Amino acid sequence: MITCLGEMLFPEVGVAMVKLLRRLGVTVDFPQGQTCCGMPLFNSGYHHDAALVAARTVKLFAEAEHVVVPSGSCAWMVKTEYPGLLKDDPVLKAQAEALARKTHELSQFLVKVLGVTKVESSFKGRVTYHDSCHLLRGLGESRNPRTLLQGVPGCELVELPGSDECCGFGGSFSVRLPEVSTAVLGKKLANVERTGADCLVACDAGCLMQMGGGLTRRGSRVRALHLAQVLEPEGSA
Amino acid sequence: MSDAQLRTPFPQRAHAALGDAHLQEALTIATTKFIGLRKESFAGYPAGEALRDRARAIKEATLQHLDRHLERLADNVERLGGHVHWAATGDEARDIILRLCRDRGVRMAVKSKSMATEEIELNDALEAAGVKPVETDLGEYIIQLAHEKPSHIIAPAIHKTKGQVADLFSKELGGRFEADPEVLTAVARKELRQKFLEADMGITGANFAVAETGTIVLVTNEGNGRMVTSLPRIHVAVMGMEKVIPTMTDLMVFLSILARSATGQKLSSYTTLVRGPRQPGEVEGPEELHLILMDNGRMRQIAGTLREALYCLRCGACLNVCPVYRQIGGHAYGYTYPGPIGILLTAMLNGTAAVKDLAHASSLCGACKDVCPVRIDIPRMLVELREHVDREKVAPWSERMVFGLARRVMASPAVFHLGARLARLAQWPFVRNGRLRGLPLFFGQWTRTRDLPPVAARTFSERWKDLGRP
Repeated sequence: MITCLGEMLFPEVGVAMVKLLRRLGVTVDFPQGQTCCGMPLFNSGYHHDAALVAARTVKLFAEAEHVVVPSGSCAWMVKTEYPGLLKDDPVLKAQAEALARKTHELSQFLVKVLGVTKVESSFKGRVTYHDSCHLLRGLGESRNPRTLLQGVPGCELVELPGSDECCGFGGSFSVRLPEVSTAVLGKKLANVERTGADCLVACDAGCLMQMGGGLTRRGSRVRALHLAQVLEPEGSA
Repeated sequence: MSDAQLRTPFPQRAHAALGDAHLQEALTIATTKFIGLRKESFAGYPAGEALRDRARAIKEATLQHLDRHLERLADNVERLGGHVHWAATGDEARDIILRLCRDRGVRMAVKSKSMATEEIELNDALEAAGVKPVETDLGEYIIQLAHEKPSHIIAPAIHKTKGQVADLFSKELGGRFEADPEVLTAVARKELRQKFLEADMGITGANFAVAETGTIVLVTNEGNGRMVTSLPRIHVAVMGMEKVIPTMTDLMVFLSILARSATGQKLSSYTTLVRGPRQPGEVEGPEELHLILMDNGRMRQIAGTLREALYCLRCGACLNVCPVYRQIGGHAYGYTYPGPIGILLTAMLNGTAAVKDLAHASSLCGACKDVCPVRIDIPRMLVELREHVDREKVAPWSERMVFGLARRVMASPAVFHLGARLARLAQWPFVRNGRLRGLPLFFGQWTRTRDLPPVAARTFSERWKDLGRP
């Protein structure tokens, strides 16, 4: 599942993920007709509309053995909210539950399903890691992305103070209350710059859009990167 | 907050808060300190997590038979010689207190910190009736001197720096006081001593009330709660009906996590257990005890979407960790209860329409749920509130149009890909060094402070064809 932001704004993340998975021996397919997981509709309270999007998505992935998503929030949406959104139709609900079970955020797929903790990568640099809210508190994941980063020989991981604090994105929150969102982002980026890292790594397209957009706007030398781009630097051009 | 202030739209109230340097300084210092203390306290308390589960289960079980627990509480309070009043609304609760004041010739009432009395704006009502209310919690005392409202559930003056408090005391009490918390506390203490002795009535809230024993429980740190409940001749406790708990054993569970969540203390400095008025043979305590059991919108939520919000212990932990609260403080929310739980409580007390903007004052980061001692799923309820706002069509038409469009785009891959192509054409005047800046319309809300990556020259679907198979 490539997600809407992965399709339109960050195709390089998806390309890196595909190359990485194939290198690790995974057969990768990309079912046509994907759009968005529907989380923006769901979070803003348009649950009926979100359910229509969920029903489409459930059918698209019916054949897959595993569904890998380069974004913690989208994976959380599928895993946590789809069955509830489709609860009125027993067939769809069962399909949603099946999809929820086989859907994995990328770092969790690598470590928990493939059992991979060390990935060969030519990446070199000092990185710091931001815990995206839905991956951390929604899916309970903080260790695997760090393990994978530490497994890259040229990658030095420095801890980000307040790494578990929100970056201020929050989907439509970022444009409904842009000033508050930006103020929260300001605290995050000040912490990032204090680490002296060259790159800020996260596992969520939304957070990367927010933090990356803030970093370039303030002319920072720190680059925002997806975990897949560190593990597969050749793919991310 | 006054109606005039509430007419200022929420984003503007937030804007004002973001520009207030004193507020920003005070908030950062205080919330950071609270977060650290809470974390440390639970880190050294392995039983804490299981106790949180237990506390949640007790709250849920109690709600299932709330009527029975309330009746048992009322029976036991009356058996001990207290009076129990049932108030369906805030107005009724206020009237009960005003009538007591009138009938008993009360001229001054000392108060310990109580959000329930803030909720019914009791101080204004007392003043209008010629009764002088005196807040005796240090934070509340500061707020009362400043003619403000609390901006945090347990730290009402959290928005003030010590310098501001020193200036306030100097102006209001006469003198010149330095910005030293110890000095300022001593000043307040001296002022308040006399008031405790003069007051005819002591007014408190209740952190808990134990049904099996008729015990009203107050959790405080300054000892003022003890004075308020023992020195004046009348004690009135105002309590939301959801605060009843069945047994003393249950109380132990809550006490073991409440102060840890709020301030990182194992227990607060004082835990005051009040059982009835002064009994024959006792030398202390009030002659009369009145317990007001207040509904005010709570009971209909037992079967409502905000049911879980009735678990709330009012510890304030969710405020301290909320990225929005930490930026704008409590006053910008505009209602008695600020922060993430405050949005839910405001919806409970004032209706869904009151929170149509506030329901969106959250990035749904989940930090609130994480620290809540009874694990209230606040983000989920905020999303549900947003859903109500949608269903009741109180969202602005422009927003409903945008999301209507979003649904069409998401429901159809053809429209989705067409959208990508159109965006690629439309964006070229705004691309600077590979980044989008200065976008028009609502996109400007983003690009005013942040860059946006342009829609890629080749989307993932287009690049997928080059990636070969499998």
